[in-house]
Amino acid sequence: MKVEEIRVCVIRVGGTNCDAETKRAFDELGVKADINHLNEIVKKASLLDYNALVFPGGFSYGDYVRAGAILAKGTLTKLRHDLKMFVEEGRPILGICNGFQVLVEAGLLPAFEGISEYPEATLATNIPIGYNCRWTYLKHENSGRCLFTQKIPKGNVLRIPVAHAEGRFLFSKENEDRYLRKLYDNDQLVFRYCNKEGEYAEGEFPVNPNGAFHDIAGICDPTGTVFGLMPHPERAFYGWQLPDWTKTENMPTYGDGKLVFESMVEYLKSRF
Amino acid sequence: MMYRARIEVSLKPGHSDPEGEMTAQSLKELKYSVKKVGVSKVYEVFFEADSREKAEEAVEEMCRRLLANPTKDNYSYEIEEAR
Repeated sequence: MKVEEIRVCVIRVGGTNCDAETKRAFDELGVKADINHLNEIVKKASLLDYNALVFPGGFSYGDYVRAGAILAKGTLTKLRHDLKMFVEEGRPILGICNGFQVLVEAGLLPAFEGISEYPEATLATNIPIGYNCRWTYLKHENSGRCLFTQKIPKGNVLRIPVAHAEGRFLFSKENEDRYLRKLYDNDQLVFRYCNKEGEYAEGEFPVNPNGAFHDIAGICDPTGTVFGLMPHPERAFYGWQLPDWTKTENMPTYGDGKLVFESMVEYLKSRF
Repeated sequence: MMYRARIEVSLKPGHSDPEGEMTAQSLKELKYSVKKVGVSKVYEVFFEADSREKAEEAVEEMCRRLLANPTKDNYSYEIEEAR
């Protein structure tokens, strides 16, 4: 598939944000991305007209009940068949921040045995409590399963910001050890919070900005085609989005977030 | 028949409750001798069902499908006929 033939659907509902930044990231790579309200997709278009799907950041439906829960259940109710087809056909699904919460609440992540009926994980209230917006360092942990990080060597450290109040990735206490082992066995672990030198946060704030279990910032499903992360790669796409670009002599053209979008486009070009 | 369900969703034991901890701290600052605060959410749901049994089934489903995440939440409920 040629780059100009790729079509990406960015889902919008009340309370989503960074949909425009996400679209702009794809535009920059020559890919056509449409921002569609969930109801537009249901009534006017077909999700299956698109090659990839993105749930962007934000606070969909005011984060009522739990962050991402209402959009997750709404999407499942309205688009269950299409979502299933997406996963079966290996069409990429990306969830950024609130989008990650949606994918977890929808059972699309971690999806150890396929799409789960009930959530197998959660993104709980931050510790320390409160909305936290800051630049974080992420260590790339994936050995090749995740299509969204193909252009990032394992062990590399990326700088991408977070902005959320409910990002503490957790498993249930009784399944914690078993599920963590599964993440490693299936190569589903993608990003962990670390410091600039790549040393894991070990739960320490603010290196780990939300108290996430095992410093987990992003995971993929066992096929590597569904990926969710709390940090916002679209907010670290251009050099001028970086917090210290005015202090550098030569501002980089791009930030680390570009690698996620580039990897996704490369996969689409070669796979379809 | 119209029913009213009072559904309480609370954290499972062993899970951190940052909202409760922050509230406890604030109460302590107000000079109350507070040891611990647990925060839960209460939903009051009015709905139609053919029987009490069906009403209970519906509430169970509401909890499992939306209101609680089994990873961290427990839920309990009381159902009564609503007038």
